[in-house]
Amino acid sequence: MADGGAMAAPRAAAGGTMQRMARRKSTVAFLLTLPLLAVIGGLVAWPAAYAMYLSTLNRRMTAFIGLENFAILLDNETFRGVIWQSCFFAITAVVLKALIGFWLAHMLHHIPTKGQRLWRGMLLVPWVIPPALSTLGWWWMFEPSYSSLNWLLAVFAVPAVPWLGEPWWARVSVIIVNVWYGAPFFMIMYLAALKSVPEQLYEAADIDGATGWQRLRYVTLPMMRNIISITVLFSLIVTFANYDIVRVLTNGGPRDLTHVFASYAFQVGVLSGNIPRGAAVSLFMFPLLAVIAYFVLRGINERTKEIGA
Amino acid sequence: MRIGSLKAERRWALWSAYVSLIIAAIVMLAPPFYMLVTALKTSAEIADQSGNPWIVLNPTLENFAAIIGNPMFRGFFWNSIQVTVLVVILTMLISVPAAFALSRMRFYGSQWLATGVFLTYLVPDTLLFIPLYQIVGGLGLLNSTWGLVLVYPTLTVPFCTWIMIGYFASIPKELDEAALIDGAGWLQMLWRIFIPVALPGIIAATIFAFTVSWAAFVYPTAFITRPDEMPLTIGVVSQLIRGDTFAWGQLMAGALLAALPPVVVYAFLMDYYVAGLTAGATKG
Repeated sequence: MADGGAMAAPRAAAGGTMQRMARRKSTVAFLLTLPLLAVIGGLVAWPAAYAMYLSTLNRRMTAFIGLENFAILLDNETFRGVIWQSCFFAITAVVLKALIGFWLAHMLHHIPTKGQRLWRGMLLVPWVIPPALSTLGWWWMFEPSYSSLNWLLAVFAVPAVPWLGEPWWARVSVIIVNVWYGAPFFMIMYLAALKSVPEQLYEAADIDGATGWQRLRYVTLPMMRNIISITVLFSLIVTFANYDIVRVLTNGGPRDLTHVFASYAFQVGVLSGNIPRGAAVSLFMFPLLAVIAYFVLRGINERTKEIGA
Repeated sequence: MRIGSLKAERRWALWSAYVSLIIAAIVMLAPPFYMLVTALKTSAEIADQSGNPWIVLNPTLENFAAIIGNPMFRGFFWNSIQVTVLVVILTMLISVPAAFALSRMRFYGSQWLATGVFLTYLVPDTLLFIPLYQIVGGLGLLNSTWGLVLVYPTLTVPFCTWIMIGYFASIPKELDEAALIDGAGWLQMLWRIFIPVALPGIIAATIFAFTVSWAAFVYPTAFITRPDEMPLTIGVVSQLIRGDTFAWGQLMAGALLAALPPVVVYAFLMDYYVAGLTAGATKG
């Protein structure tokens, strides 16, 4: 405790000095955190509250219309499609990322330590390239008349796929790109967690005659449980709120069927100029994000307690 | 279980590990590789559909030369550099002192504020861009890189503060007690002890702030419509795709050049990069 240190030293000093020191300490602390408070308050909390206010206005922002924007949106078939697509996209992509990331981390953990750095370096590349730019590369690979992916499929005598032209394939394409971009992140997180599992536990399991599957089920997974849940929840937020991949790859098309909340909010709010309704669209993300944030926070707290213990 | 079968099992595990990693590496590196192949092709070779699109027969740098010669593209690059440098400096100036105060100078509400920092980290930019669009517009900063410098800290400050709290908390308490006994003030303590000792954390946070501001896409897309104020991400995506016939070679060359700075930073500072990435969850 910093307080303990500060108090132990000048014990002989008069009470007045100590009080002054404590006061100075809180003044310094306040000044040091002031810019942070300004960012959190002015650029996150205030805009979030402002978004709620905006979403209750009419299009010209002249009159209060209550929850009408939300009601209109829920009545709109396109928007119901957006809700469905956002959930489908986020859940499918996160599950795939988690599984692939777990698999790769495991494989990476199995090979000799010397080679791990190189492989890790190569596999993390998708995470390093700004997603808007790498998605451009994917877009070019999906391009209907020149598609290099279809060329590869043709080598294996698979018929050409209309990647971005047909709604279901467009949904799959968006998920493929997101999984490609995000799986390395899971891999790195899981690898760090795998490395933190004490070797003695595996030795004990081996002595008890545990099979590979039992080692995974009863040693690795329980030890990693917390990191897995934090990573999944965190990725769920980021994926749910994703914008760049959809914007570059499909821009919501074909027929608005690949829009997610973010891209639809952008289209309604910025491009069509209906700011209040756009704000309402993005606020639909809020309840889900709040629930996820609650669980993340609980996971972090539990983890802090584990480390502290 | 007999020794022989155990050995065979080990060997099999190693083989399956390498096979999975090779397949994964091919998949992970295929898109950037294909971007590079395209960027090295002439327009005629790109248009020619008879051969294998994944190889380049007559490599040329003319696409790179053309895109570097494009003043608009150089403008994007310059804007990105300006915004990123300012945001990184701003972020570190905000988050390092705040993290120090939050981890060492327990004060009224400090615990609460630390949680608040983490919560703001979980608020995505796509939730905030519409109200921020109004706010930035009200300040007259739409279509200006200054507007981006103003809002990017929402992307960088919470996470950087969060991991710096973790790094500072891992410094032994004896160190600040010794400093206090020597009569050092809080600011001296931060400057002389905490910043040097937590330097790996500061590097990791700086890399994070750099990567995030360089890759930011939602805010510039929403706030900037004038090409001369655009940073690279939105500039490459929106301005180079104009026209009926896409100049694919140039587009890919531009995207690769735009992605180069974070990739170079990553190549040289991979360990810090990874440390920053995992610190969020493991240091909490």
